[in-house]
Amino acid sequence: MELNFTGTDICAINGTRSPAEAHYDVVVVGAGPSGIAAAREAKLAGASVLLVDENPVSGALMGNDVPLYFGGRMTAATQNSERMLEAVFMSMPALEQAMEAGIDLLLGTTAWGVYRNGPGVQSLPEQVVGLADAERSWLVGFDRIILATGARDLALAFPGWNQPGVMGAAALQMLLTRYVAFDGHRVLILGSHDLALETALIAIEHGLEVTGLVEVRAAPQGSAELIAKIAAAGVSVHCNTSIASAQGGINGIEAATLTNGETIACDTICTAVGLIPSIELVDAMHGPRVLDGLRGGYVPHGEENVSAVGLCAGLADIGFDHVEYRMDWTRALAQVCASDTIICQCEDVTRADLLGVQPPNYLDRPPAMCARSLETLLNDGPANQDQIKRLTRAGMGVCQGRRCRDQMAMLLALESGQPFGTIPLASHRAPVRPLPMKILADWNEPAEMEAAWDVWFGIPTQWVPVEDIGTPYEDEHRGMLYTGMYE
Amino acid sequence: MSGSEVVIVGGGVTGLSAGWWLARSGVKVTVLDKFIVGWEASGRNGGGASHYSSPLFDEEQRLWPQMDNLLGYPTEHQKERILIAMTERQWEQYRFVAARHQRLNHPVELLDVKQVQEAVPLAGDNCFGGVHYKFGGHANPQRSVQAYAWALQDLGGTIHQHSPVTGFETAGGKVTAVKTANATYGCDAVVVAAGPQIPQLMAQLGIDIPLVAARAEMIITEPAPMMPLGGVDGHKLYGRQTLRGNLAYGGGPHEWLDVDADGPAARPSTPLARNLARRLAELLPKAAHLNVIRSWAGVIENSPDGRPIIDRLTSPDNVVVASMSSVGFGLSPASGHAIRDLVLDGKCSFADIDILKLSRFAGLAPDWRERRGWTPLA
Repeated sequence: MELNFTGTDICAINGTRSPAEAHYDVVVVGAGPSGIAAAREAKLAGASVLLVDENPVSGALMGNDVPLYFGGRMTAATQNSERMLEAVFMSMPALEQAMEAGIDLLLGTTAWGVYRNGPGVQSLPEQVVGLADAERSWLVGFDRIILATGARDLALAFPGWNQPGVMGAAALQMLLTRYVAFDGHRVLILGSHDLALETALIAIEHGLEVTGLVEVRAAPQGSAELIAKIAAAGVSVHCNTSIASAQGGINGIEAATLTNGETIACDTICTAVGLIPSIELVDAMHGPRVLDGLRGGYVPHGEENVSAVGLCAGLADIGFDHVEYRMDWTRALAQVCASDTIICQCEDVTRADLLGVQPPNYLDRPPAMCARSLETLLNDGPANQDQIKRLTRAGMGVCQGRRCRDQMAMLLALESGQPFGTIPLASHRAPVRPLPMKILADWNEPAEMEAAWDVWFGIPTQWVPVEDIGTPYEDEHRGMLYTGMYE
Repeated sequence: MSGSEVVIVGGGVTGLSAGWWLARSGVKVTVLDKFIVGWEASGRNGGGASHYSSPLFDEEQRLWPQMDNLLGYPTEHQKERILIAMTERQWEQYRFVAARHQRLNHPVELLDVKQVQEAVPLAGDNCFGGVHYKFGGHANPQRSVQAYAWALQDLGGTIHQHSPVTGFETAGGKVTAVKTANATYGCDAVVVAAGPQIPQLMAQLGIDIPLVAARAEMIITEPAPMMPLGGVDGHKLYGRQTLRGNLAYGGGPHEWLDVDADGPAARPSTPLARNLARRLAELLPKAAHLNVIRSWAGVIENSPDGRPIIDRLTSPDNVVVASMSSVGFGLSPASGHAIRDLVLDGKCSFADIDILKLSRFAGLAPDWRERRGWTPLA
């Protein structure tokens, strides 16, 4: 039964991929101050430069807390993409200057994946970044990519956190300063380091009432100058206490109760305990990264052709260990969270089910299953967040783990008695933003791709029923199905 | 051989099922895995369980509906499948496949466009028809692999993760021990079920196993409304709707790779996600607005004819080698049973699996890999 092989596997990927639509010397992802500066510098050096920024993001994405933790506190104006485009563009005059300098600028455009040849893949015609706007996705080739993706919010669970009005500091700042679309009035802020203090000052500047800051440590944590400003504004910092629970109604948050017994009326609880450098693109492309508590957690290591600038490269090192600070908050909140406190909002995973390594509620939990837990799993080896994610589904939802990934890592470190960072970071995967199937789809793929497409490997003998081998049915099978459809 | 010790090299779905079957027979089982159970292709695949081309098919079909009970842990197994034809050519091919199943007494039903839409709420009127397999099914790979591992432990078996096997000790025509960097495990028999690393491991015993690895990719969406039957594919895709509602689908061209003794260096996904998204949007147009939230890749080995190699060697005569050649997950309940039989009895008790013997490749040309074009890109 020797088949006549030609030296070519017609179902292999070789030479079938869609080409990039354009090529730039430099692509910069993220048009904040650092991204614009990097783009201008590259342009001045004579490079062709594409600068992309995902803002304004769609109302639908914001509703899923992507990319920041908006907590449902954006106004209805965010549903109007043209109005938001204008607001975002006008809020930063440097964008217009960048365009005038000859930089190609695309707003409302997401970079959802960076791909290059390396271990496990050699079939890419060139290194590319995947882009998408509200209409379609496409690929752009580059010589260098500069990631200026900023930092995103660290979310923290406490009883009642899973309702509208609990949000992050980066999201609040974004809604106030860029989108001009924040839908709240009275804000309680968790944290008292510079991020929390700056967020409070911005909120006050934008006419909001800041009803207080909450600090688990014994004293306010930020710079003396910022603390003085907050004091001058008449805002009190509640120290040695944490949030015990949040109360709310149909429109979300109405009040917060602290562990010291105080109840504070507010319509928004802003978690300002930390910012996470947005390393999704670097991590999804298996780029090197290091853990640096002084710079806010995992940060890109930096490579010749893939560099990071701004907050994405790490928070400013001012000698403050952000990881230690967040672990203090994690320890404090571990005291107030109940077994039924939700940790993963997308997949409804409770703290008890996460630490019990239990499957979701739509599956049976026979006795053997109930006897399993993080403790029994640790007997088999060190904890691995991806493994726990797969078993519990925590972090597997549509927010792509933005709300629970980082707090889960801290909780697992705490519960397994390991220092933060010894448990591997849960993997990021492309697309690093949720992308509708019809947008991600390649509607202009080359004919070579369709010609090579088989459901599996296209091996002519693999799917011949064993009864038919050596009978005329075998040739019939191959004639009808080879190639292109071995089901 | 009850009471004896068997070491299993590789904690993928095949090795774990074999270990579980052996433990059920009272054998003391030790599974050695280079990292975490099911971390490679066993835990990242389409979850299909409908391998009618295999001599293990009947046993696969018999066992899957019982696996949750037998293992004591959920596998998310669901019965039956529907294939939807999206082109005239596919419809011709699917009708051929349906006729073949009828000839082989595998229950199938042809569906017209209206029936497809009734059975598959996410399908559209852009299809040509479908085939309803009243057999087969699918399960959750990650959950099932862990279920085998835990069930094996519940029967007294031991799993050492983070323990890559470095070599063997042999004496008197047998493997007497399996070595890792830190320990040596004495044994009466060995099962080598290490996927793409099988050739390197078996070369240490002087045995040539013709296998080549390749990368394949999948995408997954946010949850869609639950369809009455989750095992829906076709249009040259494989996949399923999970019990959570996510659509997980793969297919398309693969990339051949060299894998060294340490296993795959990486499992990168690529822009192929866009080509998968396109076909899935065509297959299930009423889900085309749903977000794709992940993509991933796995590295899978294939034998020259694409069929598994399950064989007990003649020298050393206490070694069973098992590569499932890219169809391992679904067949795992049956492959484990067959491996158990070969280890303990020297012969498979429930099916004639001579077609899976290594000796079928005895006359293989040395340059078989090049002849097929199963070579990595530079």
